[in-house]
Amino acid sequence: MGTIVFFIFAILTIAAAWGVVTSKNIVHSALYLALSFSGVAVLYILMNADFLAAVQLLVYTGAVAIMVVFAVMLTLRGEVQESSLENRSWGWGAIVASLVFVVIALVVLGNTDWRVLPTEWTSGGSAADLSLLLLTQFMVPFEAAAVLLTVALVGAVILAKGVKRAHELK
Amino acid sequence: METLNNLFLIIAAAIRSLFADPHSVWANLTMDVINFIIVVVIIVLAALILILLERKIAGWTSQRTGPNRLGPRGWFQTIADALKLMGKEDITPAGADKFIFKVAPMIVFSLPMMTLAVIPYGNGMAPINLDLGIFYFLAISAISTVAFLMAGWGSNNKYSLLGGMRAVAQMISYEIPLLFSLLGVVMITQSFNLGTIVEAQKTIPFIILQPLAFVIYIIAGLAEVNRAPFDLVEADQEVVAGPFTEYTGLRWGLFFLGEYGNMTAVSALAATVFLGGWQGPMFLPGWVWFWLKVGIIIFFMMWVRWTFPRIRVDHLMHLAWKVLLPLSILNIFLTGFGIYIYRFVMGG
Repeated sequence: MGTIVFFIFAILTIAAAWGVVTSKNIVHSALYLALSFSGVAVLYILMNADFLAAVQLLVYTGAVAIMVVFAVMLTLRGEVQESSLENRSWGWGAIVASLVFVVIALVVLGNTDWRVLPTEWTSGGSAADLSLLLLTQFMVPFEAAAVLLTVALVGAVILAKGVKRAHELK
Repeated sequence: METLNNLFLIIAAAIRSLFADPHSVWANLTMDVINFIIVVVIIVLAALILILLERKIAGWTSQRTGPNRLGPRGWFQTIADALKLMGKEDITPAGADKFIFKVAPMIVFSLPMMTLAVIPYGNGMAPINLDLGIFYFLAISAISTVAFLMAGWGSNNKYSLLGGMRAVAQMISYEIPLLFSLLGVVMITQSFNLGTIVEAQKTIPFIILQPLAFVIYIIAGLAEVNRAPFDLVEADQEVVAGPFTEYTGLRWGLFFLGEYGNMTAVSALAATVFLGGWQGPMFLPGWVWFWLKVGIIIFFMMWVRWTFPRIRVDHLMHLAWKVLLPLSILNIFLTGFGIYIYRFVMGG
């Protein structure tokens, strides 16, 4: 049962991801991305990580709407049907992407402490355990990520609004 | 009384006992299908009743009669309207992005079905008892933004697109205070599970402990379901009907079902989290208490809709980011202090 569901949603996720890169219409690409994210959320649920699945839906799928808005606002071509034409150097992109994938896969496969649990894990990705880990053992990386995001946000505001000298503000 | 209170649980147990093994895969599947049908019926019934109620309340607040021709006191008005909608021609605009245009109303309608499935309608009566109840509810509601934008984009109409853009700006801004307002309750109960939250309100509903959070939730909830005074998404005078402009017949009806389903879901969550859900004095069964509380919140939302004028676009963002968000963060701080003071006083 779980295997069938896994393959249905794995195929859906990959097909949607294929749609993201091949679609000529940039809005379609963004919506395919939402579908792909939702498929990943289902895969998380199959792995009993339901908290992560909910985060995936809330943060990624929901935020695709903003991406569509930006796609609409930033598209320079007149016809949106042809807003995301294939780039001529897609071959290089494919090579770089595969290399990155291989490197990440090697790092993950090599460094993870693969354990077989004595009994099957059924209690789910508990939010309580996760938050406890985030606020004790992994507090420094967690706060660092938060600071990084804040810096990015402030940077985006500065880029968008421009910087003025103090005496110009009046 | 006890029988009446557990009426639906007894029926569920009776259906399960029809199977050789009451907890086999097939028994569970049957119960899931029945629960699904019940949730759909809740949405359809809610839409039928609420649309009539809305027009009656609109009449009452603006001192008009409201619908009064069809059936006794006009009670059959919505049924007649629904039949008329089914008979209308289904038009897809020539320039529309056809697939997105057709799929958007289905998503809008399916989201309240997913959120209403985790609400405990009575003691042990949640169709799906999810540990992440509140969080799941908010995650699913976040998707409705995409659905509105798809409708606005797919219609290929400038007013629809403007409405869709407004939906994105408004719903994403108000999602944050909505989420934060519920955190206070989660901090007190230490659980996302809606059943546990209702159990925790046995002696005192959380509206008394979290009055600020309740006010923030109701305001942000009104904005989440795009109802006046936050109906900028479909503001008739400015953008015709926003994302729904090009929709006709049953597709438009699906948006309507979705809107009233969403309204029921937001009110049901408010009743569950702040008003004690199915808890109440024993002279009425728990599920009656639950629907009474939901009804009170829905009545309040309708009352607000027909009393206040629409908020201005710039004020909309101002309210979300500069008023509601700081207040909800303040609420989280106060709740944290409160929990420590409580522990100190109780000698913990």
